[in-house]
Amino acid sequence: MNADATLVALGTIVRREVTRILRIWSQTLLPPAITMSLYFIIFGSLIGRRIGEIVPGISYIEYIAPGLIMMSVVQNAYGNITSSFFGAKFQRFVEEMLVSPMPSWTILAGYIAGAVLRGFMVGLIVLGISLFFTKIHLYHPFVTLSTFLLAATIFGLLGFVNAIYARKFDDIALIPTFVLTPLTYLGGVFYNVAQLPTPWKEISLANPILYMVSAFRYGLLGVSDIDLGWAYAVMIAFVLVFGAICLNLLHRGVGLRS
Amino acid sequence: MSISPSTPAALEVENLKKTYPNGVEALKGISLRVEPGDFYALLGPNGAGKSTLIGIISSLVNATSGEASVFGVPIRTRRSEAMQMLGLVPQEINFNMFEQPFQICVNQAGFYGVPRNVAAERAEKYLKQLALWDKAFEIARTLSGGMKRRLLIARAMMNEPKLLILDEPTAGVDIEIRRSMWKFISGINAAGTTVILTTHYLEEAENLCRNIAIIDHGRIIENTAMRTLLGKLDVETFVLDLAAMPAELPTVNGVKLSRNDEHSIEAEMSRTHDLNSLFAALSARGITVTSMRNKSNRLEELFVRLIQTNGKEAA
Repeated sequence: MNADATLVALGTIVRREVTRILRIWSQTLLPPAITMSLYFIIFGSLIGRRIGEIVPGISYIEYIAPGLIMMSVVQNAYGNITSSFFGAKFQRFVEEMLVSPMPSWTILAGYIAGAVLRGFMVGLIVLGISLFFTKIHLYHPFVTLSTFLLAATIFGLLGFVNAIYARKFDDIALIPTFVLTPLTYLGGVFYNVAQLPTPWKEISLANPILYMVSAFRYGLLGVSDIDLGWAYAVMIAFVLVFGAICLNLLHRGVGLRS
Repeated sequence: MSISPSTPAALEVENLKKTYPNGVEALKGISLRVEPGDFYALLGPNGAGKSTLIGIISSLVNATSGEASVFGVPIRTRRSEAMQMLGLVPQEINFNMFEQPFQICVNQAGFYGVPRNVAAERAEKYLKQLALWDKAFEIARTLSGGMKRRLLIARAMMNEPKLLILDEPTAGVDIEIRRSMWKFISGINAAGTTVILTTHYLEEAENLCRNIAIIDHGRIIENTAMRTLLGKLDVETFVLDLAAMPAELPTVNGVKLSRNDEHSIEAEMSRTHDLNSLFAALSARGITVTSMRNKSNRLEELFVRLIQTNGKEAA
């Protein structure tokens, strides 16, 4: 396939993904809006007022807002790719792509773009909701945008691996419930990891979500629990490793070709 | 279509083998060649290996060993080029049930790199030709079974393939729609597209296809021209409807007569035996024949015999 044809194929997958997200907006865009509104009301307004400042000069609700946005971005990027790609496998219309001349990387890039766009839409919605409760300062736009892109890509790739191996709908619910949600809650969304006692502080450093939340918080507030260089190194390493894993799985046809 | 010796085959398969992880040997070394422009039947009982073979050709199944190429392009090493020339109508309905037929067709073209404006024109063309245009913007799951089958064909045509493979395209479709599908497929074959058809309706294969391969237990047991195969049939059975059933059936030299039901009899005879002597004998006994038909289609009789013979040998 030449470059123009490959671009058409990639655009077709992205368009189909966006159409799907918008068609079932009550499943893709509405739930995070409601959930995050409740987080802001309960943890931000009600409990947050009693906590006061968690970092000097920054109120609790300001502190958790970037984490809540990042939490919804990664959960929705992951959820989009698992439900969409596994749905295509389950209904077997993934074969439309498998019998086509498209290279494997185009399929992966199309679905990752879908996951990132869903993360972007949900991120914007949650950002809008957060403005009802607190002020958001865009301290460093490049860090904010790049962290968002890297985090959404990482969770898109993780979701893709999950969808490749999933054989039934239960299999795409297990990882979010037993891995993703605990990691998110323990990833510094609601508290400052630097304030944790040893060994919990050191154990928290093994959680990849901590690096995403911290870098994103730095982009919006200018404060971070961990070194920004480390955060980027971890995120880029995750993208490269899981990108290679996904391409290898697609190339070998694991879970897709007999 | 004249074939020069240097013309690559539309499909060439050499010693193709497939063993699934559970140990099942679906293909045990299949070789065949389909010439450009051919209308080729690939027949076999359920589980014979037809769908595995089609899966390997369409790159949905990885072969254990052997080679397959489409118009001289090997699938294993130049998959993208080979797939560009191939269209597949699968046995199972496999489109997104929540999309519209028009969207399904346009997206399929997109996967082959066809620009969206060209894809929209093609979608309209093929949906109209397959009498689906009035359903083009309805949700696919609301289509009837016959419409879904036709949508699979329209979708497979979106890249205007040089080789179209149809895996039981008319399964469960009523005769009227089946005939309209035959007309469409014959038309695209006449326009130059090579067609490979698998079907359990042997009448379909006999009427449409020029060449035939029969697969059983993962091996090709017959691969020849349809005319040559039908020429091997030495015995035919006719069903004769009678105005009145006689008390006793006459004895006719070279014909085995038996009572079928209260109004009809069966006559089994050699293909070289003339029918005039049968009618003369029946007429002489005052038996009036009101109508006559083949008990089963010729290909069906041959197919059953070949499969039975192969089954005994395999056992």
